[in-house]
Amino acid sequence: MAKKNDLGIRGWFYAGRYGPQRYAYTIQRITGLSIIVYLLIHVFVTGSKIFGGETWNRVVIDGLVGNPVLHIGEFLLFMAVLIHGVNGFRLMLVELGFFLGKPIRNIYPYETCLDRNRGFLYICGVVIAALAAVGVGDFFKFI
Amino acid sequence: MGNNNNDNNSAVKIVKNIAFRIYRWDGANPDDAPQMKVYEVPVYKGMTVLEGLIYIKHYLDQSISYRASCRMGVCGSCGMMINGKPLLACQQQILKLETDTVELRPLANYPVVKDLVPDLTRMIVTHQAIKPFIIRRETPPEEIGGEFHQSVEELVNYLQFSYCIKCGMCMSACPTVGSLPEFHGPQPLGQALRYINDTRDEGFEDRLAVMDTAEGIFRCHFAGACSEACPKGIDPAFAIQLLKGEIVRRGIFRKKAGASAALMPLTQENPPRRENIPTPPPRTVE
Repeated sequence: MAKKNDLGIRGWFYAGRYGPQRYAYTIQRITGLSIIVYLLIHVFVTGSKIFGGETWNRVVIDGLVGNPVLHIGEFLLFMAVLIHGVNGFRLMLVELGFFLGKPIRNIYPYETCLDRNRGFLYICGVVIAALAAVGVGDFFKFI
Repeated sequence: MGNNNNDNNSAVKIVKNIAFRIYRWDGANPDDAPQMKVYEVPVYKGMTVLEGLIYIKHYLDQSISYRASCRMGVCGSCGMMINGKPLLACQQQILKLETDTVELRPLANYPVVKDLVPDLTRMIVTHQAIKPFIIRRETPPEEIGGEFHQSVEELVNYLQFSYCIKCGMCMSACPTVGSLPEFHGPQPLGQALRYINDTRDEGFEDRLAVMDTAEGIFRCHFAGACSEACPKGIDPAFAIQLLKGEIVRRGIFRKKAGASAALMPLTQENPPRRENIPTPPPRTVE
């Protein structure tokens, strides 16, 4: 008789004492899930059009446009898409074996592809930060 | 381990007492809830977690179960979650953890048999499935009468990945294995590359059929935890990404595998040798 001991979904979110790539994985999961949740809400709201122009105006134009809470939500969505997109681009390249270096003789202290890939990860971080700064300027110019 | 029975004549100097919080669950009584038991262990400089466990087994609680053998990071038996991270108990010094409590749990992502003993069947079965041996198309291995030519560069291409000790800690660190039990995991996939990158091997298609499934290699999304957990510097995350690239390239460009290593028959009269290599001693057996 043995007892199950899987990390489960909890394992996605708890990165513990691991390095930045492990945290990038967690962030990729969180942003990905939030974009899916947004998509469902988006389809639901846009779907109000099938009840005619009146309903559309009431739900979207009067109810949502100009709502400050929604504006912050929109900004969060922008951030999620930005992070997921830039990090996803990094993952596409890395998962095809680019920016990881070549196999080496493993002599202690061991060097891994994570060390060789860290620079690329940080460049992606800088790109995200720069675009986020542009986004902040654009979203909150009324403040 | 030295005399650490709190004896004043002991040669080792006890630095401080550290509490070991250890996961206890007995597979023989599966209805009992798992519990964390605390043991006080006097720790000297350089003492490893495994030595702490041996101390507990000798002096405090004989009923505790853990797996260990070589005590020097070679056999891969004593992998366990030490303060939440998979580590070899024999290689981790207690004082280096810099905590007053050491929490020990069995390796995650494997069923627990008892206390700190995991059941590694899942990894071993998948490892077998990817055919971890040299596959030759035309000549069966037992009929190959010679040596293969292989350059140093060709050797380095797979050497790093061939040091796997099957401790299973990469599987335990992987968040994808944790949520998708059918995923092959870093150990078998890393070992697949070890053989695919070997110029003597011709078994790419055989392994592809096993790896490239819905729960296969493309479920890996480079969390990199496996490479951090590996005590031998195998870098399974690296191996998996290289392998994915190789699969995609061979798929898109219909790239054929390079020529496999040429065979140098042993029966050759004067095999070519570099001059600075001394000749081997005469054979002692026929």
